Amino acid sequence: MAIGVKPRVKAPKTAEVGEVVTIKTLISHKMESGQRKDGDGNVIPRSIIHRFTCDYNGVNVIDVEMHPAISTNPYFEFEATIPEAGDMVFTWYDDDGDVYTTTKTVAIG
Amino acid sequence: MEFTRRDTLALGLGAAALTVLPIRAVAAWDDVITAFTGGAEVGEGGLTLTAPEIAENGNTVPVSVDAPGAAAIMIVATGNPTPNVATFNFGELAGSQSASTRIRLAGTQDVVAVARMADGSFVQTQSTVKVTIGGCGG
Repeated sequence: MAIGVKPRVKAPKTAEVGEVVTIKTLISHKMESGQRKDGDGNVIPRSIIHRFTCDYNGVNVIDVEMHPAISTNPYFEFEATIPEAGDMVFTWYDDDGDVYTTTKTVAIG
Repeated sequence: MEFTRRDTLALGLGAAALTVLPIRAVAAWDDVITAFTGGAEVGEGGLTLTAPEIAENGNTVPVSVDAPGAAAIMIVATGNPTPNVATFNFGELAGSQSASTRIRLAGTQDVVAVARMADGSFVQTQSTVKVTIGGCGG
C-alpha cells in the first residue's frame, strides 16, 4: 500500500568537519500491525515498513529493524558524524517491496 | 506476635500466589531476547532507556535509548502480542549510540532494552509504562 507515503527529513544544510548533528526523520505510513480487525471481524493483513537505513557517502550511520510495534508514521531521531561534505541517503523498505528514498546534501562551512 | 490459625492460612495463600504469578509473566519475550543475545550473560549499566511513566495513548509512546559504545540496541515490549519492537544497528558514522522513536504498547507493561556492546557483551535495562488506552486495536 504505497498510497500517500511521504518521507520527511530534518537535517542541517551545513556542518563543521567532524561535527555531530541530530537528524530527525518521519515517513507517513499507516503501519498496519496485522493485529486489528475490520468491521466484519476479519483480520486486516500486516503492512508495515520493516527496515530503515541512513547512509552518508555510502558509509552506514544507522540501520533499524522495525516490527509492527512501531507507531503509525514512523519517527526516528538519531545523531550522525559529518566527516566531509556529501549526501545523506535515507531509505525505507516496505513490506510490499516498495523502497522509499530521500537525500539531503550537507555542505561544510 | 502470635499467629492465629487465620493468619497462618492467609500467609500460606499469599506465598502460593507469589510463586504462581511469575510463571504467567514469563512468555515469548524471553525468547526474543535470547535470540538477540545468543544465550550470553546479560549484565547491567551503561544503557539508558527513557520512557514515560504513564502513557495516555498506547498508540504512540515516545521512547529513547542511549548506550555509549554499543553496536546495537534492541527494544522489547514484554506485554505486546509480538514482543519485538525495533533493533537499532549503529554504523561507522553514528554520532552517538542513541536513538528515539515512537512505539505501540498493548497495555501497562515493562519495556526492556538490550544493548550489544562493541566488545560483544550485553547489558539490559527496563522501565515500566502505565498505558491508559492500549495501542493494538480490537
